[in-house]
Amino acid sequence: MSFEVNLAYIFIASIALYFIAKNRALNLRSRHKFIATVGYHALFVSLITFVPSVVILIFWTLLEGSFLQWMVLRSLPIELITIDYTSNYLFNEIINIANGVIPIDSSNTLHVIGVQRYEDAAALSRGIKIIIVFGSIALLGFYGLFKIGPNFNARLSSEVIIRRVLAGLSVIAVLTTFGILLSILFESLRFFQSVSISEFLFGTQWSPQTAIREDQVGSSGAFGAVPVFLGTFLIAIVAMMVAIPFGLMSAIYLSEYSNANVRDFMKPLLEVLAGIPTVVYGYFAALVVGPFIREMGSIFEWELTSESALAVGLVMGVMIIPFVSSISGDVITAVPKSLREGSYGCGATKSETILKVVIPAALPGIIAGVLLAVSRAIGETMIVVMAAGLAANLTLNPLKPVTTVTAQIVTLLVGDQEFDSTKTLAAFALGLVLFIVTLTLNIIALHVVRKYREQYE
Amino acid sequence: MSDINKKHFKHMLVVSDGLKSRYLKEKIFRASGISALIVALLFLAIIVFSISTTGYKAFAQTYIKTEIILEGAVDSSNIEDINYLGLIRDSLRRDFPELSTRAELADLYRMVSIGAQYELEQYLLDNLDNLDTAFAFDVLATSDVDMVAKSYFDDTQEQRGRLTERQYQYYLSLLNGNRIDKKFNTNLFTRGDSSNPEMAGILGAAMGSFFVLAITFFLSFPIGVGTAIYLEEFASKNRFNDFIEVNINNLAAVPSVIFGLLGLSVFINFFNFPRSAPLVGGLVLTLMTLPVVIIASRAAITSVPPSIREAALGLGASKLRVISDHIIPLALPGMLTGAIIGMARALGESAPLLMIGMVAFITEVPNSLLSPATTLPIQVYLWADSPERGFVERTSAAIIVLLVFLVIMNLLAVYLRKRFEKKW
Repeated sequence: MSFEVNLAYIFIASIALYFIAKNRALNLRSRHKFIATVGYHALFVSLITFVPSVVILIFWTLLEGSFLQWMVLRSLPIELITIDYTSNYLFNEIINIANGVIPIDSSNTLHVIGVQRYEDAAALSRGIKIIIVFGSIALLGFYGLFKIGPNFNARLSSEVIIRRVLAGLSVIAVLTTFGILLSILFESLRFFQSVSISEFLFGTQWSPQTAIREDQVGSSGAFGAVPVFLGTFLIAIVAMMVAIPFGLMSAIYLSEYSNANVRDFMKPLLEVLAGIPTVVYGYFAALVVGPFIREMGSIFEWELTSESALAVGLVMGVMIIPFVSSISGDVITAVPKSLREGSYGCGATKSETILKVVIPAALPGIIAGVLLAVSRAIGETMIVVMAAGLAANLTLNPLKPVTTVTAQIVTLLVGDQEFDSTKTLAAFALGLVLFIVTLTLNIIALHVVRKYREQYE
Repeated sequence: MSDINKKHFKHMLVVSDGLKSRYLKEKIFRASGISALIVALLFLAIIVFSISTTGYKAFAQTYIKTEIILEGAVDSSNIEDINYLGLIRDSLRRDFPELSTRAELADLYRMVSIGAQYELEQYLLDNLDNLDTAFAFDVLATSDVDMVAKSYFDDTQEQRGRLTERQYQYYLSLLNGNRIDKKFNTNLFTRGDSSNPEMAGILGAAMGSFFVLAITFFLSFPIGVGTAIYLEEFASKNRFNDFIEVNINNLAAVPSVIFGLLGLSVFINFFNFPRSAPLVGGLVLTLMTLPVVIIASRAAITSVPPSIREAALGLGASKLRVISDHIIPLALPGMLTGAIIGMARALGESAPLLMIGMVAFITEVPNSLLSPATTLPIQVYLWADSPERGFVERTSAAIIVLLVFLVIMNLLAVYLRKRFEKKW
């Protein structure tokens, strides 16, 4: 039985229990005086059956795959599994055979035994799941029905359950963070077992190929990430050189000069730039901006490639303009009017007021916005993947092709890769660096913004 | 005049001397503000312009008008025996009776897409009841012919594009005979991906996007709203709840590739979920859009005035009743708006999906949450990488479709906000 069918059964069961409980409560109420309404009693019974069984079902469904794999591989002759023919691969084959996707090869003993074991294990798993889920419904249902009575405060108990469910939902966000942290950290540690941290952070050679066979020439690969970091840095700088002046100036114009009509029209239009999918920017950078820069270069008789840090940075900068503009716009409007009026009273012009009073007052907030924008630029992926290329050049020349952390993560993980190779693990190490850097930038920025808000409140 | 006034007058002179240059600076500053805004909007215009000028051509497709002559009456009993490819080739050959060598004929046949026979089969099946032995039929041309017909190659030396010299002559004679026709490109909307540009469509990717978004919505909306209600209504001010709050804010700014790493190592590697499945894509995008939904829902809840809450409590409603009967109905439009904006972001997202294997070449239209699929942005990425020229216009066309969906979603959000927004 699949997940959604089980879910439907649970749902039906708890609805049925709702009405049974309602009936029972109505019967009892004719004899005694209740402290909670009949509706709350019924709600309590259906909640106490529905919530735990759904939680059990979700966990079982999540863990079923690992359980099946363990059950199947546990009993297979291990000596038949080699490096080329890993257990993961074998297990996927067995699943495909069992589901009838590929035909069974009866000469392969691993397949014959494996499919048999898989079917046994799947039946066992189904059985356990049904017993636990529907057993818990039955048990808790009886418990709930038994609880119905004059002195049972069903309203309070229902509220406690709902409150716990809501708290459980809010924990998902925390679990996500821990999931990210643990998975990246765990894989990175495995990476650092084969490549030392100092080599990764300070090495200047990046060529992450690993051998298919162990005895192959040049099998080691080089994992010095400095060129990758430098490329990321270079592109982020170009992007900021576009985004900061244009974003800041349009924010100043919109919040200080333009009238409300223009602002109401222009602001959403500017936000459209932020709503365009990044893959479109990537396509634009690769199709229009890159070739355009190459053409420009040929006027000066420079030999340029159409993949360059400049093209990517320009397009990324345009993408970030609305981000910078909306944050600094908010900050600028938050500067108290009295400061401006004081400045006008001293005879300053509008631009003098903005440059010498408003901007300095808003500076912490603007800097925070810029930090957030930098973290955006560092984490941006699709533009880089589509237009920056993969050449890990150690250069600060924006006309040369460079590569970035995100582009490397994607290229290392796209395609059929054995998960345990140093190459794939390198992506997680890069991910760890990316996560730490962006998180630090965000924490600093949020802190600065909070400090800034307190200043004028 | 007294001394004080004299001094004052002198100061005034200094000020008025400087006024001219100060006003000039003022004008320059203001102008640079306007021009920054205009440049930003100009970029928007250039992007939209370049996408739409390359993309609109993909909505038309070149067909070759032919007459198909069946060898005998066709009905449901013998329809399985028909050689569709042969029928098409015969009809082409009748147009060029002068061709004799194999090479010449092969060149001619290669101007017809392999999809033409399937279209002919479909046509016969649809019109089985009233079929003439000879009927006019438009044969799907290959992308190479399509490119020439759309005059992509204006330079004289390159005018024939990838067609051979002989094929170009056939094309010209077909063109003179008024036999080249352009029709609306239905394949683009009814097919999955293909390695032949003229047969490639976005339906597969659109269905993939639909499945992914459905999962994202049905998970992130309840979870997001539940979290928001907990944080706003129940959570007391303690360390743990503060931690949840900081966490959500930081999660909103984590780069999307990181979520891809999470999906790869947790869902695929640890939980053994299938690669390339919309289910995993939906789960990853759920985690990614969750902070957006939570933040928007919290804002919607806080915008409900306390007087309503207090009035309900004063009339004896329990906390749960206040939430379910007053807070949620009043905050729902705001929550939905936030969810739709989150969905729009999820629709355009591609980086995390690349890493969980939704980037394969898949020709079938996915029909379940577990069948391999791609999404619209990934289709754009795949086509943008294809060397064939016919894919350039299709990439732009796919982008146009993607943008249309995004515009619709955003307009829906704006409409909801305008329609249900209450000023208290």
